Amino acid sequence: MEKCKALVIGGSAGSLDVLLKVLPNLSNSLSFPVIIVVHRKHGADSLLPDLLSGKTKLVVKEVDEKEPLVAGTIYVAPSDYHLLIEQDQTFSLDYSEKVNYSRPAIDVTFQTAAEVYGDKLACLLLSGSNADGVNGLKTVKDYGGITLIQDPLTAQVAYMPAQAALHVDIDYTLKIEDMAPFINLLSE
Amino acid sequence: MLLDLPVISEEQVEILLSDLLEHYGYDFTGYSKASIKRRVLRLYMLDKAVSFAEFRFKIINDQVYFKRFVEQITVNVTEMFRDPGFFKTLRNEVLPKLGTYPFIRIWLAGCSTGEEAFSMSIILKELNLLHKSLIYATDLNPTVLEKAAQGMFSLSQMKQYSENYILSGGTKDFSSYYTAKYSLAKFDDELKHKIIFSTHNLVSDHSFNEFQLILCRNVLIYFDRDLQQKVLNLFDESLEDLGYLALGTKETLDFTSVAKRYKRLPLEKIWRKVS
Repeated sequence: MEKCKALVIGGSAGSLDVLLKVLPNLSNSLSFPVIIVVHRKHGADSLLPDLLSGKTKLVVKEVDEKEPLVAGTIYVAPSDYHLLIEQDQTFSLDYSEKVNYSRPAIDVTFQTAAEVYGDKLACLLLSGSNADGVNGLKTVKDYGGITLIQDPLTAQVAYMPAQAALHVDIDYTLKIEDMAPFINLLSE
Repeated sequence: MLLDLPVISEEQVEILLSDLLEHYGYDFTGYSKASIKRRVLRLYMLDKAVSFAEFRFKIINDQVYFKRFVEQITVNVTEMFRDPGFFKTLRNEVLPKLGTYPFIRIWLAGCSTGEEAFSMSIILKELNLLHKSLIYATDLNPTVLEKAAQGMFSLSQMKQYSENYILSGGTKDFSSYYTAKYSLAKFDDELKHKIIFSTHNLVSDHSFNEFQLILCRNVLIYFDRDLQQKVLNLFDESLEDLGYLALGTKETLDFTSVAKRYKRLPLEKIWRKVS
């Protein structure tokens, strides 16, 4: 990959623990934005960004609609909205039908990110109990981006990354402890 | 690059949107691109369109399909008492204040299939204000308004709606408001006597009355910044002094030109016009 312009991380059941382990080891000067889309219950709104921001020096914030993406910032998808990325590298939110029984759906963010960033995108799919994110990773691959999954053997719920491994050409399968060093390498 | 999906390009979406404007007077050019492109692509695949040219031809020449197109590219997902905390604030703070007026006019802009209009009606009835209220429920889409006017929602949703209703401060038996008919819940006609369903396009239509409360939740997220500003000006013109404007959880008046005239209520996305 020439130069990574964005990293999207998707996860469901069992992914929070992974994030809490990865974030403290991320470089304090990442050269791209990190977008986190995790399934969570509607209503628990601002808790997740607060929880994550205690684990890193990087700025962590819940996405505001129409907000431009800024390098070195960690964005968390708000609960109960799909999170889309626009061609002008701003976020938009969408309250349309659930996809894979999920809103936010990881597929939606992966797919719209792929259309914007093409081969300068990396997407990582973590632990989870449904197949959300698998179609999205396919699109990412079609556009030449890097596809990453959590090693299913290290996942609390292996189904999601295992489904991705089954249906998508995955570039790298990462153990939890290898994720932060890998992400730091993507940065300049 | 080999793609599985039949890809519609940004340019092709632009072509369809300018067709809609030219042939039907519907202006979607100020909508957020990623969302509308996803909706168009979804419909394209759902209806198994053979080619972009055929898809485009059908939208221009087939009135029935055009209606379907507009219905499908706009988002019509809604719930009763969605975000119960919001409805609790309406019930406990906003509506009692408006209840001191001789008459309450409410505009529900982008009402979709009517779930919020019926939610409002239920709260007004419980506050004993329904008799002196009028709810104007508008949408650009005539098809969803027809559905809204029937007051029938899926019975399978009622458990969720009943939970929302209780969390929003409702104390009655929620099922007393509807009768079950097969897979549908038909809401009491009394609830819709004070609702006027009508088409109104926020993009192109003007102000049509003065209101004490305007609700427009999860509509502005689909608009670009310029269009958001234009619509907020329309709301500002249509709202009486000391009236309330309510937006969706992720929408805001902050950083807009009308912000200085409004004071936000704590916690909820409700602003009061103060000057």
